[in-house]
Amino acid sequence: MDLNLTAAEQRFRDEFRAWLEANIPAEWSKSESHEFESTDDRFEFLRAWQKKMYEAGWAGISWPKEFGGRGASLIQQAIFLEEMARASAPPLLNVLGLSLLGPTLIAYGTEAQKKRFLANILSADEIWCQGYSEPNAGSDLASLRTEARLEGDHFIVNGQKTWTSLGHHADWCFAVVRSDPESARHKGLTYLLIDMHSPGVSLRPLKQMTGESEFNEVVFQDVRVPVENAVGKINGGWEIAIATLMFERGTLGASLQITFKRQIERLIQLARGIDRNGRPASDDPIIRQKLAQIFTEIEIFKLNQLRTLTRMSKSGVPGPEGSIQKIFWSEMNQRMQQVAMELLGPYGQLTRESDYTVDHGQWAYAYLRSRGNTIEAGTSEIQRNIIGHFVLGLPKSY
Amino acid sequence: MEFELTETQKLFQRSARELFAQECPPPTVRQMIENDAPYSGELWDKLVEQGWTGLIFEEDAGGLGLGMVEMAVAFEEMGRALVPGAFLSTVPLAGALIDGAGNAAAREWHLKNICEGRAKATVALLEDNARWDLDAVNLRATETADGMKLKGKKLFVSDAGAADIIITAARRGSELILAIVARDAAGVGIKHMSAIDATRRLYEVSYADVHIPSGDILAQGHAAESALAHAIDVATLALSAEMVGGMGWVLETSVEYAKTRKQFGKPIGQFQAVQHHCANMLLMTESARSAVYYAAWVMGNDPKHAPLAVSMAKAYASDAYREVGNLGIQVHGGIGFTWDENLHFYYKRAKASELMFGDATYHRERIARLVIDRAEEPVTRATRAGD
Repeated sequence: MDLNLTAAEQRFRDEFRAWLEANIPAEWSKSESHEFESTDDRFEFLRAWQKKMYEAGWAGISWPKEFGGRGASLIQQAIFLEEMARASAPPLLNVLGLSLLGPTLIAYGTEAQKKRFLANILSADEIWCQGYSEPNAGSDLASLRTEARLEGDHFIVNGQKTWTSLGHHADWCFAVVRSDPESARHKGLTYLLIDMHSPGVSLRPLKQMTGESEFNEVVFQDVRVPVENAVGKINGGWEIAIATLMFERGTLGASLQITFKRQIERLIQLARGIDRNGRPASDDPIIRQKLAQIFTEIEIFKLNQLRTLTRMSKSGVPGPEGSIQKIFWSEMNQRMQQVAMELLGPYGQLTRESDYTVDHGQWAYAYLRSRGNTIEAGTSEIQRNIIGHFVLGLPKSY
Repeated sequence: MEFELTETQKLFQRSARELFAQECPPPTVRQMIENDAPYSGELWDKLVEQGWTGLIFEEDAGGLGLGMVEMAVAFEEMGRALVPGAFLSTVPLAGALIDGAGNAAAREWHLKNICEGRAKATVALLEDNARWDLDAVNLRATETADGMKLKGKKLFVSDAGAADIIITAARRGSELILAIVARDAAGVGIKHMSAIDATRRLYEVSYADVHIPSGDILAQGHAAESALAHAIDVATLALSAEMVGGMGWVLETSVEYAKTRKQFGKPIGQFQAVQHHCANMLLMTESARSAVYYAAWVMGNDPKHAPLAVSMAKAYASDAYREVGNLGIQVHGGIGFTWDENLHFYYKRAKASELMFGDATYHRERIARLVIDRAEEPVTRATRAGD
């Protein structure tokens, strides 16, 4: 047991930290809220940023060297994400391609697919979105209905996907579709790479309760997809779809942990300046209890993460323990945002358009946004089912 | 960076588990509770034989010289087996206090006696106001020709009925005094305080002008304060580890029950309402375990941050063990409320442990002092690091 970084891990951290310091564009650092004239401006800025990281060898570090990555260990990946968060670096734009599709293609793709797609994921020359959820297939993904009819050497795709992030900027979509119309549930599905510039693809932004649009609905109408764009076997897509999801778990916690830590530190700082019954809120026993509780939970989140990483480093596979982490951080964040609201009082509700807002309205925004945390990437209920069945060995409930 | 037990530590864990499966199986624990006899000489002798009474003390004092992580492993296993007796009071509390007090003669005699199994010990801290902070110590010590005398009363003294020596925190003027008091010294009165957890008994200890020869003053003033604060942290860490072991037992027992108990023609563990209770128990148990082993590592490797790490572990474990117990009883249904199931023994230990050395509220306030007020706690001496 050694919670210090090894010398090699320290070198890796120092190297990346120095690179970030030297390379984060001034136009990003100078604006605290990282605002751009338009979402297109923001998009182009981030695309250029990923390209810069790619050229320095910092995109897709978990990928094997032969495919342009660094073959970074899990601990290195965690360090990477921590440093990105610590430096408030601009995010990597092509995140779904880097963390989900890339590893999937490396494991299951044909040589031609690897050659065609991998390098452009790293360089952000082609941006990817994910086509999993449908209006009637959320938690129950296997009930999806988007249809792919095989006609000669093409699939004809018809249907609708939803909660598609980056959809409006994506060049490509990795989707799960029903290729055997007679099939039910997990059988008869195919994992398909769809060109988003094909005729018949249309998009509609999904406006969230926060007012912004992170996600889209995507409609496919008679979209033609060459048969060689299937990953894995035709009608054998479920296995690939699940493998992709497993890549999603694991290292995400590293960057969240820094974000949370920064937020609790900011709340403690704010508490010193807020008047509560004639004295600083930081002296109020109830506020102190609540801040200390959140502080503790954030530390424990980090420690759970370290234990999971150690275990995964030894076993080589991400396990269902990721579900514990998902529940822990999403529910903790909701409690933290509620504590922020209690601390800020009437000011907490103000949005960034108000002259009286605290921290550009980020607390009102984070309060609303956190409601999505216990739903996105598997609801808390689904996560608890996974723990019950896959970790504790209880009989499947459905 | 690696956050898991080493192979040697895992080996130690396995042998500890076997030891208690052999020497302290559930029927033995039940018998001790039902006979109201939590102090078994036989079990103590076994622990002495294994060197456990010297677990965390250096070889020169007759100890094994193991680290805080190994201590956490040992206590986790004791908590899982619900081992009754005076081990917590003797080793990480009184033993650590003698070890850290900077009194060579006391260390040479009393700590060696503990390590070599000749003595059990405890610390008398709380008084009428039942406050865990050292400022609340008020028991009066007055100077005499050849030492001091103590007058007053201590409450909630763990295992005092079994202890050979009771290290008593007293106050002379404004100065904190730690006095080594023999249980059978003239003027010492010991009375059991009946409470829900029968595996770790609490006592009222009264002092009617008890004479303390100057050689039995363990420490005074700042030395006494920092030694006592450190010993309480070591014992709080041990207790938190013990709580994790108890949580693990309650979780596993409840999951097993949910797999076998059938209602509506299926195992109740097939119902999501029950599954989700079990998932919550796992989440809390594993999170408490992370906090405890982190605190153990910090105490051995980064003592400056130990008070914060220990308080985080105890704050979280205090709430978690209680809640894991609540859910465990709920999953068991009616049978979980009966005397015949062992669950309630753990449930009672959970509540008693929550209250010992300060509950979650107490420790959150300490966290707030360290994190919000950025208060500094005195840096106590480094404890031997684990591997």
